[in-house]
Amino acid sequence: MAKITYIEFNGKEHVIDVKNGLSVMEGAVKNNIPGIDADCGGACACATCHVYVDEAWAGKTGSQSAMEESMLDFAENVEPNSRLSCQIKVSDDLDGLVVRMPQSQH
Amino acid sequence: MSEPGAGVVIVGAGHAGGTVAGLLRQYDYAGKITLIGEEPIAPYQRPPLSKAWLKGEVDADALALWDADVYAEQKIDLRVSTVAVAIDRAGRTVTLADGEVIPYEVLILSTGARARRLSLPGSDLAGVQVLRTAADAEMLKHALGPGKRLAVVGGGYIGLEAAASARALGAEAVVIEALPRILARSSCELLSTYFTDYHRARGVAFELGAAIEGFEGKDGHVTGVKLADGRVIACDDVVVGIGIIPNEELARDAGLPCINGVVVDSAARTADEAIFAIGDVAHRPIKLYDRMFRGESVANALEQAKQAACAITGRPEPREEVTWNWSDQYDIKLQLAGIDFDADALLVRGDPASNKFAVFHLRGPVVRAVEAVNAPAEFMAGKLLIGSQKPIDRAKLADPAVSMKEVAAS
Repeated sequence: MAKITYIEFNGKEHVIDVKNGLSVMEGAVKNNIPGIDADCGGACACATCHVYVDEAWAGKTGSQSAMEESMLDFAENVEPNSRLSCQIKVSDDLDGLVVRMPQSQH
Repeated sequence: MSEPGAGVVIVGAGHAGGTVAGLLRQYDYAGKITLIGEEPIAPYQRPPLSKAWLKGEVDADALALWDADVYAEQKIDLRVSTVAVAIDRAGRTVTLADGEVIPYEVLILSTGARARRLSLPGSDLAGVQVLRTAADAEMLKHALGPGKRLAVVGGGYIGLEAAASARALGAEAVVIEALPRILARSSCELLSTYFTDYHRARGVAFELGAAIEGFEGKDGHVTGVKLADGRVIACDDVVVGIGIIPNEELARDAGLPCINGVVVDSAARTADEAIFAIGDVAHRPIKLYDRMFRGESVANALEQAKQAACAITGRPEPREEVTWNWSDQYDIKLQLAGIDFDADALLVRGDPASNKFAVFHLRGPVVRAVEAVNAPAEFMAGKLLIGSQKPIDRAKLADPAVSMKEVAAS
């Protein structure tokens, strides 16, 4: 279990307990948190679950796969700490993780 | 007249219905929301039913759109195993099968579609099934495994995914297609050939251009598919994947215009201003292609859910999106964007033999659709180019050495 803070583009925070094994994307979507669309439900096929990972957590959330990198390459407002949240698996190590949402997923 | 406080009633608790309920709350809709579904479970994602779920890579919890307790938290009155049988537009009520009458201020029809079935001798044998619902998928999963043989009727994406999943579970698979090639309705010939070869190399057999006469059975269970040429294809189970039929009867009986789906405008509104229709059941305008179209994808359902939720909460109409879809078969990720309406040329980028390529459908120098095999950059850039309608340089697009970033920028 990990407590994850999702921050909407307008600054609104949502703190959610997310079960191990789920993705960071699922933690948001399954609780109807706005800001992550996740059209494909986690198949790494759409790049609509884009988040910014707080710098402090970059080491623990792993790195982008080649597929993810290619998808993000064409998303809007991409930063060095951009990730597709469907590709980050939740574990105890991510307890306290903070992710921010972009202005738009489309 | 509607009853004050009746709120929004959503008929159809699939991906579209669940999503619009959630969006209404995200957009601060404070009224009552009633979500009515015929299936016995809360809204879930259908795409994995023929892919990751069927192969056992994800569980039922992963399929669920939301955690079970979120409906109560979000004050959404979810009613499962509940069938709506009539709409009274003048009185603004929906009547349920058990006689209960539910008032609405706004009604959203997200009744989806049902799988088309065959009515041939033996169609009603046990083991002859469709693949649309979680219950269908559960039944199919039990039927697959080593020593079993699955016959797939219809070489569309659902059928091919089922065949690939069957192979992953150790079962044999044979795909029977009436037309001379698979994916004929949705994809170009090059892609049909590519997928046929890819499946064949992984042990799937094909019967192309094969008409079916019926099914043979023993003790009430299917044992084979009888072809028009007299041959019988032995099997333990059959999945019929030959398209879907929109569940438009409720709307049609209420006098709403239907043409292969419930006709709506770009805000997902039907001819009745208090009634919206979204997802597989809706026949909607697509400005980009200047025509009406009934989409059959999650992206289409989510886009229309957004349109309806915006209209109901007084938000501006959202920007039109480029429709897209995907398919997972073996280690292939196929991503499709746009629709090849009015396309006049095909352009292949990359070598199919490398298992990474994309087919672009062009009208003049404008990309109308793209089919990308393990080619995410081609898909993403293609989708952007379809939306922008920006002319491209064909020579650059055809050259994999020129990056898609450069193609899109030039």
